[in-house]
Amino acid sequence: MRAGEIRVAINSDQDIVTARQKGRALAMEAGFSTGDATLIATAISELARNIVSYARKGEITLKIVSASVRQGILIVASDNGPGIPDIRQAMRDGFSTSGSLGLGLPGVRRLMDEFEITSQPGKGTMVAVKKWKL
Amino acid sequence: MEVPILKQGEVLIATFQAALSDADLEHLRRGLVQQVVKFRSRAVIVDVTAMDVMDSFASRTLREIAHMIRLRGAETVIVGIQPEVAFAMVQLGLTLEGVATALDLEEGLAYLTEKFKNAD
Repeated sequence: MRAGEIRVAINSDQDIVTARQKGRALAMEAGFSTGDATLIATAISELARNIVSYARKGEITLKIVSASVRQGILIVASDNGPGIPDIRQAMRDGFSTSGSLGLGLPGVRRLMDEFEITSQPGKGTMVAVKKWKL
Repeated sequence: MEVPILKQGEVLIATFQAALSDADLEHLRRGLVQQVVKFRSRAVIVDVTAMDVMDSFASRTLREIAHMIRLRGAETVIVGIQPEVAFAMVQLGLTLEGVATALDLEEGLAYLTEKFKNAD
């Protein structure tokens, strides 16, 4: 494990709660406001839920990052699930294939400052998001 | 984690804790609907003051609770959504359309008292 990196294995709905609590704690520790920590925890909750709903298991890693004078939090959600065949479609509001709400990914993008997704059908999905401290 | 459900006259009050899993929320949904039937309650107040995150699943479950309880002829009021939680919900695109909300437990009870008075 690299220094300062928190890894949370996501295997069940209980792990969703663990991941978002660890994310909030890390955000508060890094000096994010309560409001931003709530946005970060909510994004983690959605990303972890996507793992449970679509891939059954995966991992969330949390890390404090810095770029010149800015500090931020990096959240990476990865799984070896079925992958997303059409990312553009998945990024549209209201799209869902699991009967959930379909607000997941576009909603998470709105909550965070940076959003990156890579997915290979049959291999898995990785979503990396960042939020910078004001 | 169990959500305590308190019976106060014709009203049931469920108080959410911070760390509710999806399974806990589903358990609560079943429990509330059963108790509304058992006690012939006229209303349910769901107090979410302690909830740290209201994500898509939690919002959907709350909406479902409210709709099921309405089918029983009773009313649901969600109270205590924290300002930062409300902000995150709006950013995420979540709404609680068609569900009554109030600032806190006191306001929720006042709203119901008024409503019952008009109905009787």
